[in-house]
Amino acid sequence: MSAMIEVANLTKWYGPTLALDRASFSVEEGQIVGFLGPNGAGKSTTLRILTGFLPATSGQACIAGHDVLIDSLAVRRSIGYMPENVPLYPEMRVEEYLRFRAGLKEVPGSKRREAVDRAIKRCWLSDVRRRQVGQLSKGYRQRVGLAEALIADPKVLILDEPTIGLDPAQIQSVRELIRSLAGKHTVLLSSHMLHEVELTCSRVVIIAEGRIAAAGTFAELRENLADRARVVLEIHPGDAGEGPAEIARALGQVAGAGEVSHKSVGEGWLRVHVTPSGTADPREALYSVVAQRGWRLREMRSEVPSLEELYVRITAGEAADADRPAA
Amino acid sequence: MNKVLLLTRREISAFFVSPIAYVAIALFLMVSGVFFVWMDFNQGQPAALRASFNVMMIVLVFFLPLLTMRALAEEQKTGTIETLLTAPVTDVQVVVAKFLGSWIFFLVMLAPTLLYVVMLEAFANPDLGPIASGYLGLALLGAAYVAIGLFASSLTRNQIIAAVITVIFLLMLSWPVPYVAQVVPPPWRDIIQSATMLTHYTDFSQGVVDVVHVIYFAAVTVYALFLTVKVLESRRWR
Repeated sequence: MSAMIEVANLTKWYGPTLALDRASFSVEEGQIVGFLGPNGAGKSTTLRILTGFLPATSGQACIAGHDVLIDSLAVRRSIGYMPENVPLYPEMRVEEYLRFRAGLKEVPGSKRREAVDRAIKRCWLSDVRRRQVGQLSKGYRQRVGLAEALIADPKVLILDEPTIGLDPAQIQSVRELIRSLAGKHTVLLSSHMLHEVELTCSRVVIIAEGRIAAAGTFAELRENLADRARVVLEIHPGDAGEGPAEIARALGQVAGAGEVSHKSVGEGWLRVHVTPSGTADPREALYSVVAQRGWRLREMRSEVPSLEELYVRITAGEAADADRPAA
Repeated sequence: MNKVLLLTRREISAFFVSPIAYVAIALFLMVSGVFFVWMDFNQGQPAALRASFNVMMIVLVFFLPLLTMRALAEEQKTGTIETLLTAPVTDVQVVVAKFLGSWIFFLVMLAPTLLYVVMLEAFANPDLGPIASGYLGLALLGAAYVAIGLFASSLTRNQIIAAVITVIFLLMLSWPVPYVAQVVPPPWRDIIQSATMLTHYTDFSQGVVDVVHVIYFAAVTVYALFLTVKVLESRRWR
């Protein structure tokens, strides 16, 4: 049984620039999945390929079993899409615009009024239904975009940064609305804020520099991180007087030690982070070195990197992590 | 087809909201009105719109691009093209609707010139045949101009560039080229002449409705629209 949204080895070149590098992920029916990544990671590109607005350079994407390139019309009938910056026709009134889009999306004439009313109610647009779109504030425009995406009650919703530029109260309303869609609709939304995605979505796909860095539920990701606990030591060279670089080098030579980083924390003390290179626990070996060299030790503990930290590292362009259980 | 009507209706209402459209109509009517009075509405002239029709052909070269420049260029600039093309509509439906929207608006712009006919009727006894065929020619000419304008609009995000490209295309097809045709030897002369709009248009105002001319305008229109569809389609492999 194939997933509602299926992306396989999607690659996109913009001239000499590689925007997407063999990205693969899937979204099952009824899930709300957050597509998370820093700006420029390739989120919008992926969403545009899924909706048929851009062609991929290679790879495949399917929505509801239809290929987005071969069966584009069938795909477009099954989706509601809200592009970033919510482009709208400024001269149309809200309900006029929604009725127009309902018609384009093949909502039967008799049901159109009902569909428009329902979308307006759901997105809290009743106060502005007769107002021209060009006169709306950003928060209202975003809700119009959301209403438009929902208007034909599509199976799949693709939302590009649905809460960008909104104030906290508005963000919360939109978040509630999206969460209410779970089960009946499949939602793929993109964002660059981990916190937002965590509150709204059940699963996340992290993308950076065109590559999928991680995918899974938040619980799964945290579990994976637990395997990569690292050791934190606070050391003082004492009378021996080794420099920080020497200390770091010595610790790095310990069996099982991988990356070593250090930071001075005042009064000669050095905080050293040792990331294990394999699954072995290097703590005992590290302690031996400290004892042998006669350094002073005031702390040694195991630290599990947080999801936030993982995301920050990904955002900073450090090596994308290789854990990718299929979402 | 339902969707084409829906899209066309939106196009037309967007026109009525745009100030440029009203300015273009006003200027067009002013200029053709002046020429009508100066050339056709004089004592001693035959009661026909012959000169007006000829002038309108040139006037439209500069005014119709003002109407069509917005059609696709603005959508590409504001990004609404993205919501348009991700709806379940085909590129053909989009282009046909844009064309109909502009063409119908052009006919609306033309309608007040019927006043000239009324004025002629009041003071003379004009032969309505050539006048009717003249309007037919104008409608067909307008269709071709609009289609070319739409094509130019699809190529850019900048409305001004779209308008300029259109004017250049239309000028080439309507005006200097026929005169170039006069100085080149046959067979080139015949080839060039049958490619230009002037040749095919003038007969209409004389009361002659030749199928060849109708086909010419229809062909130019269809070809320009075909190219526009291809430009939209090219998105899928660019």
